[in-house]
Amino acid sequence: MIRRLGPGPALAAAALLILVLAAIAAPLVELAMGLDAEAVDLFGRLQPPSAEHPLGTDELGRDLLLRLLYGGRVSLTVGVVAALAASSIGTAVGLAAGYLGGRADALLMRLADGVIALPLLPLLIVLAAVDLTKLGLSPEAAGSQTVLLARLVVLVALVGWPTTARLVRAATLSLRQREFVAAARALGFSPLRVAVRHVLPNAAAPILVATTLAVGNVVLFESVLSFLGLGIRPPTPSWGNMLTGAQELIWESPRLAVWPGMLIFATVVSVNLLGDALRDALDPRSRRRSAGGAQSGQ
Amino acid sequence: MLRYLVFRLLQALVVLLLLSAATYGLLGLMPGDPIDLMVGADPRITSADIARLKALQGLDLPLWERYLNWLTAALQGDLGYSRLYTQPVLDIVAERMPRTLLLIGLALILALAVAIPAAVVAARNPGGAVDRGVNLLCFVGISVPAFWLALILIILFAVVLGWLPAGGTVGAQGGGVADRAAHLVLPVATLAAASVAAYTRHLRAALIEALGEDYVRTARAKGLSERVVTTRHALRNALLPVVTLLGLDLGSLVSGALVTETMFAQPGMGKTIYDAVMGNDYNLALVGLLVAAAATLLGNLGADLAYARLDPRIVYRTDPAT
Repeated sequence: MIRRLGPGPALAAAALLILVLAAIAAPLVELAMGLDAEAVDLFGRLQPPSAEHPLGTDELGRDLLLRLLYGGRVSLTVGVVAALAASSIGTAVGLAAGYLGGRADALLMRLADGVIALPLLPLLIVLAAVDLTKLGLSPEAAGSQTVLLARLVVLVALVGWPTTARLVRAATLSLRQREFVAAARALGFSPLRVAVRHVLPNAAAPILVATTLAVGNVVLFESVLSFLGLGIRPPTPSWGNMLTGAQELIWESPRLAVWPGMLIFATVVSVNLLGDALRDALDPRSRRRSAGGAQSGQ
Repeated sequence: MLRYLVFRLLQALVVLLLLSAATYGLLGLMPGDPIDLMVGADPRITSADIARLKALQGLDLPLWERYLNWLTAALQGDLGYSRLYTQPVLDIVAERMPRTLLLIGLALILALAVAIPAAVVAARNPGGAVDRGVNLLCFVGISVPAFWLALILIILFAVVLGWLPAGGTVGAQGGGVADRAAHLVLPVATLAAASVAAYTRHLRAALIEALGEDYVRTARAKGLSERVVTTRHALRNALLPVVTLLGLDLGSLVSGALVTETMFAQPGMGKTIYDAVMGNDYNLALVGLLVAAAATLLGNLGADLAYARLDPRIVYRTDPAT
């Protein structure tokens, strides 16, 4: 029974493709426009859209379109990398819990439940305040953009794994009852080999769905943390931190608050639509209970 | 049942203890050591003085001992002092908690008031135009960043239309009930958005399933109107899973409250935690986080208990093999 998916997923995929291509093409667009994305022009602050600046300029006179494109590189990279990290942890935990069962299962799943139940944003904010120099990093290293990016990825992965873990555990629980797993075990393979070589590949579908949906959540977390000043720091633009100054300028230039948020929203909505469609396509049973899965990150 | 309750309470307590130990450990890693700040105020201080100061404040003890001291004091009701507000942390929490509870309570009511009718009309004809529209709106609600929604609402209703205040709790003239209510509209709407979407999606799925059950066919066969069948028979059963969802959703509501309170300048716990972190007031941040976590875990437990109460088929056991 194939469900008519409608144009939604195709549109979502197209939107994502455009966003990714635009982010990749940012330096080309910069060249074509003959502008410098980081050039501050204090005489050209908050300009309305014009031929030179298609979307106008920000509070420091920088071209908004270019900032959005470069911001997209950061936000999308963080989204994909952190989602992959979260999903890897989740897969490992879920596989271990489902395959080992018993006490290990109970312990790992209680841990996952505990993380899911916690108010994640306050937790992330407290974690983001950790002074990296006190962890042994030199002040220069702790302030570098790469380290800040890595910190963001680690933080989001730390709270993002339980969803994947639960899905993978459920898949593992049913897979381990199957004959081919019993056969692998009967051949004397080690539990690790059976779990990784035989169970894991067959759990690819839920892992794919969980990772896709995780990208949406991660983009939301990145944007809110950067917005609050605890994620990506200026001058490096991200869609989240571009909105930081927008609230004070909301009476003068509401335009600045609209665009970055619109792109975050477009990304997350597309990813969620795509993830939902993937789940429906890969798991025929999910049609009846297609309400789960995509949960708000905030 | 009682055993289950005790088990769950103990479990919540363990989570809180672990969380408090972990965050207490993190406090030492936060920028701005209290001694550093004192030292900064006195350029002539010697390292012997610093050591004496540390001993005086108990900062020379090993971390676990300091944590135990903190915990003993905390259990006796002494949660320490906030540097930012120069007040006991407990007083600040007591003062700010009601605002957050008000926001979350109103958002919950609004979310249910919108989600229940939306799910009912969507489930009436699954796959139809109305259902698809509702579904699309749900995706919008789940995917919109809360802080951006807040910005857009401010632009629309405060900047362009000028109907509602952009933040705060009372107007400059210190208005009456209507004024205070007007200050709550945008924050509550922002906070409710994500929950509306989540509840609608779950409730719709549960309703569609319930409408296919035998007892619904029986009710229809009795000649009951479709409205009565939906509301009195199907909806009552479909609402059950939503009760658990309410509990699970509390965590994200508390997270949402942090964003909403910050965006709309509401003096609640969320904004307090954020301001505390930004202002290097880690004692307050730690307690704020623990209070938020404790409230979430208790709400979670409350929802599970309500679920068992509402559905006699549910029997909770203490063994976790489910």
